[in-house]
Amino acid sequence: MIELAGIRRTFRVGDQEVRALVDIDASFEAGEYIALMGPSGSGKSTLLNILGCLDRPDAGTYRLAGREVGDLSSHELTLVRRHEIGFVFQFFHLVPRLTAARNVELPMLFAGVPRRERRRRVEAALAAVDISNRADHRPDQLSGGQRQRVAIARATVMEPRILLADEPTGNLDRDSSERVLEVLETMNAKGLTLVVVTHDPRVARRADRVLLLVDGQIAKSFRGSELPAGNLAALGLPTPPESTS
Amino acid sequence: MRLRSLLGFGLEALFAHRLRSLLSLVGMSIGVAAVVVLTGLGEGARTYVTDQFASLGSHLLIVVPGRVETVGALPGIGGTPKDLTLEDSEALRREIPEIRRIAPIAMATEAVAHRERRRQVAVVGATPEFLEVRQLAMRRGTFLPPGELRRGSAVAVLGAETAAELFPGEDALGKVVRIGGLRVRVIGVLEPRGVQMGLNLDEVAVIPVATAMRLFNRSSLFRILVEGSSHTDLDRLSQRVIEVLTERHGDEDVTCLTQEAMLSSFSQILTALTLAVGAIGAISLAVAGIGIMNVMLVSVSERTTEVGLLRALGVSRDQIVGVFLVEATLLSILGGLVGTGLGLVGVRVLRLVYPAFPAAAPTWAIAAALATALVVGLAFGVLPARRASRLDPVTALNGR
Ligand SMILES: Nc1ncnc2c1ncn2[C@@H]1O[C@H](COP(=O)(O)OP(=O)(O)OP(=O)(O)O)[C@@H](O)[C@H]1O
Ligand SMILES: [Mg+2]
Repeated sequence: MIELAGIRRTFRVGDQEVRALVDIDASFEAGEYIALMGPSGSGKSTLLNILGCLDRPDAGTYRLAGREVGDLSSHELTLVRRHEIGFVFQFFHLVPRLTAARNVELPMLFAGVPRRERRRRVEAALAAVDISNRADHRPDQLSGGQRQRVAIARATVMEPRILLADEPTGNLDRDSSERVLEVLETMNAKGLTLVVVTHDPRVARRADRVLLLVDGQIAKSFRGSELPAGNLAALGLPTPPESTS
Repeated sequence: MRLRSLLGFGLEALFAHRLRSLLSLVGMSIGVAAVVVLTGLGEGARTYVTDQFASLGSHLLIVVPGRVETVGALPGIGGTPKDLTLEDSEALRREIPEIRRIAPIAMATEAVAHRERRRQVAVVGATPEFLEVRQLAMRRGTFLPPGELRRGSAVAVLGAETAAELFPGEDALGKVVRIGGLRVRVIGVLEPRGVQMGLNLDEVAVIPVATAMRLFNRSSLFRILVEGSSHTDLDRLSQRVIEVLTERHGDEDVTCLTQEAMLSSFSQILTALTLAVGAIGAISLAVAGIGIMNVMLVSVSERTTEVGLLRALGVSRDQIVGVFLVEATLLSILGGLVGTGLGLVGVRVLRLVYPAFPAAAPTWAIAAALATALVVGLAFGVLPARRASRLDPVTALNGR
């Protein structure tokens, strides 16, 4: 499904070079559940943006479903984002003036999906994240967990093949996190490829595979269930606040 | 995506910032209303003037002394024009059978007085035919008596307004008024007629032309009105008039004006006036456009993360341009419609306040104002919309 080879991304800040991704080789299977971990600034978000065709690497190749992404025009990349990729963000990014249902409708609105079809799919998507009863609420009338579930409904309403989530539970309490993860995992079980950036070992442990990024490189790769229980510091990771409290 | 979806999305965004949208909408409304009212005034002026000439009837020639339309000749070379006299008028009637009516006119401003009341009015020296030629009607009494071309008795016919002012609550008929040093008896009062050819026919005193020339101590007529019969070719008639008078004066020293010629030249001037005034209104449209641009720039910078999100959701650059252009255009069109409404109300109010002045916003001006509003919205929306579409999605999403 996804093949990365020699991916490099360097930012210029003044006359300084920040090497966000140094040399990334990886490949993800269709339907796989990947957790990206790593200390702050290790390049997780940068990698996710490249996977989501929001950003282009300076070097290396990225093959997505058999296509060389580097060869695509910017409009083709837009279409890839529209049809094949869903995004979920730490800060939800719901449009504040629109109701939950309108927010979910948004990608279809710009994709030219007919009105009746839109309504049908909005209902289905809201039902899938179990928030149908809040369809007419605006984001400021929803809890964080509810907002994130609306955001997931929006990310999946175009039926993408890949869902990219950057710290989707980063702003949620334990119970809300659990529900959001359940929703994501249900979708993964139905074949959606899931790439989740997280600092939470409890999240990572549920993944098929954990990629540990350090200084823009993949330092380790292991099965989620193999994630060491206590000693995250040994991996160069911060100890999550939940486990200390 | 369908335009309807885009419009719905735009309206939601505008509605989310009601006050801001409203203010820029008001700016646009004022601009369009200004265009509508100002062109309404200009058009009113044009109609007003043309109506006055049109009410003269279209078979009229106006003969004035002097060559008004001399092209190329230096002033003074033709010599001073000879007087236009009562004899000229008689000669015209005698020699040109196509003339149906003829009205020699002498005119000056004089004080008309009755007891202690005095009014400065236009004193018109005329013949009985003046009544028909100027399409006047009598309210009371009779018009000037016939057959007095040379003699001129001491009688006067007063305009409606003059009569009312000199004889408030009284019947003017049979009373004696003083005009200059002359005492004349009022034999009639005219129906109100309003302003015609720059002369307010309600504020006149009409006396026999011979009496007037004596009173004014003048030998030349002010002008001669010549009316052809309904099938007369006016150009030919005017040529004949000039021929006869040139023969008599030994030089071509009179000018024949047709109503048509005067109408078209006035009409041209006043259309130019309407355009100029409309252009002034258009400046306020441009100002309104800058207001819209301002609002849209603020909107774009406020909604940076929204733009980033939309890009992540697979919304193309062109669609982002569309989103903001639609909002700008909605503002300008809504403003344009409201402004048109306001302008039409304004024009109507003008007509209520000044019933005599036919203010009317021409359809072309309303269409032009709306079209300009649309173009202004598009033109001033382009910059903010392009700015939004060029945002880097990642940077925008992070709110940087
Ligand atoms: N637009 C940018 N301009 C300059 N430097 C950037 C930019 N985006 C990221 N970087 C730098 O690239 C490096 C990797 O950033 P990235 O956001 O990918 O880290 P991260 O692993 O997501 O960190 P965190 O866990 O804090 O979110 C950092 O050093 C960051 O400062
Ligand atoms: Mg990050």
